[in-house]
Amino acid sequence: MSNAEIDRQWTTRLRRKAAGKLPPEKLLPDTQPSYVASWIYVFGVATLASLGVVIFTGCILAIRGPQWWHGSQYGHFINSLHLWSVEIFFFTMVIHLWGKFAMAAWRGGRTLTWMTGVVTFLASIATAFTGYASQSNFDAQWITTQAKDGINATGAGAYFNVLNLGQMLMWHIVLLPIAAVVLTGLHVLLVRIKGVVPPFEDDVQPATQKVAVGE
Amino acid sequence: MATILSFAAIFPLNTLGHYIHWHWFYISVANLIVIILMVVTFVSALLLPFPGRRRRKENQ
Repeated sequence: MSNAEIDRQWTTRLRRKAAGKLPPEKLLPDTQPSYVASWIYVFGVATLASLGVVIFTGCILAIRGPQWWHGSQYGHFINSLHLWSVEIFFFTMVIHLWGKFAMAAWRGGRTLTWMTGVVTFLASIATAFTGYASQSNFDAQWITTQAKDGINATGAGAYFNVLNLGQMLMWHIVLLPIAAVVLTGLHVLLVRIKGVVPPFEDDVQPATQKVAVGE
Repeated sequence: MATILSFAAIFPLNTLGHYIHWHWFYISVANLIVIILMVVTFVSALLLPFPGRRRRKENQ
């Protein structure tokens, strides 16, 4: 196979494009700009960490099933971990959102980073809602009977029936987590490609001072 | 089990929720506490010094 033929392959072109956009030292950098040494920059990673706990505990709940999470001590414990990691996930995500809104984090060609964050937030709300709807207890029954009229009024009720437990569970454990995780991954990759948004005073000149990661 | 019951005694959850109602403003106390905590955390994150920040500046 000639070099010209190799250059034309879609795998070659895709690899070169990906490596050009996101070289390894940019994907896992050794240093960060000095302005990142502030508490307000930790909430994105805190959101990611709590998402990890949400998914891990959700997998255990999926393996053991509703009888286990309603009827055993360990089931209650993992169920509570799942709930409280979701609480921390939203808590830290909203502070991350406030911080990035105050920084106007869409500056410097970061529109797509901002928009993937917005859509991830919306997907997370839908995931949390279907989670409340698929608890299989009286709380879920109350929430879904209250929500059905609102959903039906939008016309979405024909396709998204909140009183259908099986459908809500599938949305909660398959479709929406895939959407949330893919969008989060895309969001993080875009942050790595474009870099963390600088403070307003540093926006004119790129920051030159660097600090080692984990220092 | 005894530990769980003692926690249940500290945090009685089998009661009606508490709400604050002032004109159009209506919110549960639990939600209000979470929102206040978020605002306090946000302001603290802006004001509190980050560990090692001074050392980094001295090294540069």
